[in-house]
Amino acid sequence: MLTLDHLCKTYPNGTQALDHVSLCVNAGEIVALVGGSGCGKTTLLRLICGLEMPSAGAVAIDGETIAAPHPAVGIVFQEPRLLPWLTVAQNIAFGLDHLPKGERDQRVDEALLRVGLSGYGPRWPRELSGGQAQRVAIVRALVANPKALLLDEPFSALDALTRASLQDHLLALWDAHRPTLVLVTHDVEEAVALADRAIVLQPRPGRIFADIPLDLPRPRDRLSPEFAEAKRVVLNALDGSLTQPNPAGGNKATQAAGWW
Amino acid sequence: MSEAGTLETASTHDLTARTPGARLFSLFGSSFAVGIILPLVTAIAYEGAFRAGLVQGRLLPPPSKILATLWELARSGELLTHVIATLARVLAGFGLGALIGMWLGALTGASRAARRLLDPTLQALRAIPSLAWVPLFILWLGIFESSKVALIAVGVFFPVYLGVMAAIANVDRKIVEVGRAFRLSRLSLVRRVLLPAILPDFIIAIRSGLGLGFMFVVAAEIMGASEGLGYLLVDGQQLGKPAQILAAIIAFAVLGKLGDWLIVIGARPFLSWQDSHSRTQ
Ligand SMILES: Nc1ncnc2c1ncn2[C@@H]1O[C@H](COP(=O)(O)OP(=O)(O)O)[C@@H](O)[C@H]1O
Ligand SMILES: [Mg+2]
Repeated sequence: MLTLDHLCKTYPNGTQALDHVSLCVNAGEIVALVGGSGCGKTTLLRLICGLEMPSAGAVAIDGETIAAPHPAVGIVFQEPRLLPWLTVAQNIAFGLDHLPKGERDQRVDEALLRVGLSGYGPRWPRELSGGQAQRVAIVRALVANPKALLLDEPFSALDALTRASLQDHLLALWDAHRPTLVLVTHDVEEAVALADRAIVLQPRPGRIFADIPLDLPRPRDRLSPEFAEAKRVVLNALDGSLTQPNPAGGNKATQAAGWW
Repeated sequence: MSEAGTLETASTHDLTARTPGARLFSLFGSSFAVGIILPLVTAIAYEGAFRAGLVQGRLLPPPSKILATLWELARSGELLTHVIATLARVLAGFGLGALIGMWLGALTGASRAARRLLDPTLQALRAIPSLAWVPLFILWLGIFESSKVALIAVGVFFPVYLGVMAAIANVDRKIVEVGRAFRLSRLSLVRRVLLPAILPDFIIAIRSGLGLGFMFVVAAEIMGASEGLGYLLVDGQQLGKPAQILAAIIAFAVLGKLGDWLIVIGARPFLSWQDSHSRTQ
């Protein structure tokens, strides 16, 4: 279980990016973080994976506090960030240095197969499309079998068609080992298509505005009325988070966040 | 779906049997063939004019005379002596200058404090025309090899220093973060992320360093040497032998090009990941 306990982050320049964010994510759960630009989504992920230290509060995975990058937590950035001097296969194996070569190669081949890129191992990153590169970035984080995988708007730079196909790829990958997923997105449809829960954040300073369960059956039918209804609820909360500065105001969306 | 559709067509492209060697050869071959046209035609035309008695060729000897001089120097073993003397100076100065440039460049590139402390002084020194150091070097180090090597080292130092500093300062912070996220130790971060990231710029810095090394060896040898290609230049001037001067110039050109080419060839296996447009430069 991933626990965020009253996380606060104030940057050295005085920007208060997060203010007392508390959240529990069960093992294997998929959580979508939704919120307007600048409400601290990236900051939150960077705190969870130990690239940044909280000003107050703590992050723990299965009771173990995270104070630096941790093997149990993997991250996929907004850009693929593949190392251009390594082939696709070498990029995927980047975090597997501790394994014997045989097992490493086997894991890389399996990973490539699962994202539909078998045969792409010897290529250079510059020879990949944006969608292919992001798939490689996702499996690079996943081959190390982390307990939790964080994704920061991983598909935002892609066209709608590629994005939908990558969302399916991501679900298929998740299904193999069922890690906890924390997915930052500004796309409400993406949140409803993938997540068990949508957490809506509110800006200045970043706080949790609403925690909306999304218990639609899987696989999800994007055309079903339930899907549309869930989208509407999340969208409403998102609107509320942007128009209403004070979370104690008590409209419908904040009641959903009442546990907090 | 659109992704899957491009998969087959894309995988056949670019994996056709073009080994790096073959690609290099065809690239080198074609650009070399075009590049040689102008000098070759000029040489043949001048040779023809000389044979036809249209030019005297006393101040600018015809190509055949230059080649004959070069051949004579080579046959007597004299050329080899001079080439070795020059190369030894260039290598010593280049090694010294590149090494110091590399370390100081790495230091100032990686540490802001070091940059603020050292860079202004080094930039001020760089503003001094390097030949202005010659009298001082001769006073300090004597007229023999040490002062020549020191002059060459100064010439090599600055481009290497500047290139390495810029390369390190410009390493993509986002890529370094990938290394951090994968919990690389400081040492593996340097080895697996920083060094490969700066390699292309480093090679360029080394190449311009070597170029300046050859420039300064000429200056050093012209100012006084009993052997070396620069000595051949001076000797040719004093004895009125333009063919010998041109022969030495050709030898310099060949050596310089060869050294540059060796660096390029040596680095190529490590840079094959770069975009193809930068290969042709
Ligand atoms: N390194 C930083 N230094 C100072 N302020 C930052 C830094 N990174 C982000 N911020 C600020 O923190 C706030 C939250 O940023 P971020 O987490 O990137 O939001 P999001 O990902 O939701 O768009 C913004 O106001 C941003 O300007
Ligand atoms: Mg962000």
